[in-house]
Amino acid sequence: MGFREYRVGSILFGVALSGSMFVTVYMPGLDISGVSSTATALEKQLTYGKNSGFDYGDLFLHGTDKPIKVILKTDPVTGASIDDTAAYVFKPGTSFPSGLIHDHILGEKVQALSTSEGKVGQANQAAGGVFLVTSKVTNGVETPYIEFATATKGWGVDATLSAASETILAGAGKTMFVREGCWWCHTLLPEQTHDWQSFGRPPVLGDFNGESPTTFGSDRKAPDLLHVGSRNSSKEWMTLHFFNPRLVQPHSIMPRYDYLWGPKDKAGKAIDLAKWDEEFVAYRDGESVYPPDVPEYADDSEIRYLMDFVLNLK
Amino acid sequence: MIKYLFAKEKDIPGGTAAIFFSFSAIMWFIIGTGIGSFNAAKLAFPDWFTHLYALQFGHMRQVHVHAVIFGWITGAFAASAMYVVPQLGNTKLWSEKLGVWNCFLWNVGLALGLSTLWFGMTSGREYSDFIWPIDIYIALVMVLPLFINIFMSIVTRRTQGIYTTNWFFAGSFFMLIIVFLVGNAPEFFHLTGLNEAYMTWWFAHNVLGLLITPVAAAITYYIVPKVTGNPLYSHRVGHLHFWSIVVFYSTPAAHHLMSSPLPEWLKSFASVEGVLILVPAVAYVCNILLTMQGKWAMFVENVEIKYTITGVLLAIPLNMQGGFQQTRAINWYVHGTGWIVAHAHLALLGFSTFAEAAAVYYGIQTIARRKLYSLSLANFHFWMLLIGFSLYWVSMTIAGLIQGAGKIYEVPYMDIVIAEHPYMIVRWLGGTMVFLGNFVWLYNMYMTVKAGDKLPVGLQPQDVAYVR
Repeated sequence: MGFREYRVGSILFGVALSGSMFVTVYMPGLDISGVSSTATALEKQLTYGKNSGFDYGDLFLHGTDKPIKVILKTDPVTGASIDDTAAYVFKPGTSFPSGLIHDHILGEKVQALSTSEGKVGQANQAAGGVFLVTSKVTNGVETPYIEFATATKGWGVDATLSAASETILAGAGKTMFVREGCWWCHTLLPEQTHDWQSFGRPPVLGDFNGESPTTFGSDRKAPDLLHVGSRNSSKEWMTLHFFNPRLVQPHSIMPRYDYLWGPKDKAGKAIDLAKWDEEFVAYRDGESVYPPDVPEYADDSEIRYLMDFVLNLK
Repeated sequence: MIKYLFAKEKDIPGGTAAIFFSFSAIMWFIIGTGIGSFNAAKLAFPDWFTHLYALQFGHMRQVHVHAVIFGWITGAFAASAMYVVPQLGNTKLWSEKLGVWNCFLWNVGLALGLSTLWFGMTSGREYSDFIWPIDIYIALVMVLPLFINIFMSIVTRRTQGIYTTNWFFAGSFFMLIIVFLVGNAPEFFHLTGLNEAYMTWWFAHNVLGLLITPVAAAITYYIVPKVTGNPLYSHRVGHLHFWSIVVFYSTPAAHHLMSSPLPEWLKSFASVEGVLILVPAVAYVCNILLTMQGKWAMFVENVEIKYTITGVLLAIPLNMQGGFQQTRAINWYVHGTGWIVAHAHLALLGFSTFAEAAAVYYGIQTIARRKLYSLSLANFHFWMLLIGFSLYWVSMTIAGLIQGAGKIYEVPYMDIVIAEHPYMIVRWLGGTMVFLGNFVWLYNMYMTVKAGDKLPVGLQPQDVAYVR
């Protein structure tokens, strides 16, 4: 290189870049990693599983390798009536979320309680199991933790699934949310500075521990969805809206998600989208009075996953 | 191209890699803007063309973004670097063969990456949407050989000093590798939560700040003195620009997440550093515009200067927006609105596209040793690009201000969508103009290589009069 200045320059360049990365990568990383999980974060981890984007367990983002959230009204073992309880069922082999397999995700106190009270140390991925989000009050402070119900209450995977009063496939649904690009328009982040009234409470620092990807979204072309399930919990409205948003919201610019219904409806009848579109155009142009019926979706259709995810955003 | 992939190094004419990269970049620009125009149409008329599910907005948006960033912008950077660096070093490209392979594998990788995205295989992280195997391919197979080729060409130069442009080329492609590997760490190591979210925007900020803005500036540092014949106004100000880019531009990543629950110190730090971006910005713009002293007639008469200076002038609003829109006082109003979309297009479709178009126009003429085929077509392309871009930028800025007002006054969301509708149509028209103009450009460049007047020995394109 010849000149001494270039050697000095190269060294300074290295110093500047590493200094910049120390301040902008290492220091925030240290700070963020020191934050404890909130109950929201624990629920999210147990609902969405390990990863909602591309991963070994789900290369083509079909929503496989995900836990199942169920609502229990009765105890799966004794059959006794209990308060509505959300339980998270991991079938054998389903990947555990980061909080269960890595330290420093749950936070010191949460992890200690999850181990001592929640017995999560006994859980293993190959055998699966059932988890709950519980909390304990010590010295007036409530700390949430993960409870491994298979160990503490003897709730097995099959017993819990058959006792479920409601099955929510929100884990697979988040994969749909990522794959179909819902987050290009809908944010999951009510802003701290305003819009609390429209969109609800903004998330706090520990709400994201263990979630991947977070899919905040950056370009809000459509309403924020973080608490949409609390604003609008109508499955009927959502069904129409997903099939063709213009059915319930004439000025909406949202794309149709009719293709997520798959080839067959709930009754096993083939769905003819071309014919539906023809009838819809006739309705839109005022040639017929009623819009065509929206098919009822099958229980294992992708729209069901997505719907469960959206309605689960309380 | 196949012929040169397996030819001996000495049998490959100088500039081959740059020509291949230039045409591949123009092709990707056509593809990228075509998809952009299609997406914009879907936002204006959502029930239009709904039958082909592969073309759903949610799958196509990221394909548009990555086609223009890696196909057009970075491809055109590679094309420029591959002829500018040897010319500034009075030497040949270190390895033409590596360059040709680089271009081939670049296109293969990008086609593969965009197909997987299109198919829905994504990491779910904005700007680092590619799945991690593709990320590794981009860093090691696409960018690393490019850096080696450029860096070695600078090392083997036959001049004493290294000119400003080459500092940026060497520095930026090196930083791109680092940024790519560090920025995608959440995928490689499964980082989660806010760490993942923050690293996503660390990547997004730095891929723009350490690659696109400085390399576009590097190109103008070359074109303006070269074509006007004026020496650069000040190398010392160039130093200020370079070092403040490395120190200031690499730090404000968190300003993309001002309304999220990141630690407050990080947001305040990022906001202050964000304003300091004005240091390199002002140094750069002044330096280039002062270099134009006495040669302003060329802004009208010369195609390359017209493009370059338009780009530099667009860098003024770009940097003023960039410096201030991320402060808390302004960010709460514009965050997440069309304003930001307009700003992103000002950086990519405004400033850097104009600078690169100039580099591609100039490069193809100097490498092929032929004069531009048609001035009229070049002017037509210029106005299609400028008017199309301006329509896009102005309409999206207005739409963003409407959204901002709507969100702080808590207007029912549907009313915002209705109010934005006319601007969505204008945005689509603007994008389509850019798309159509690019076909004219491709034709003009092809005809320049095939049928442009040969340049007499010892003369550069700017020394010869336009014919058509």
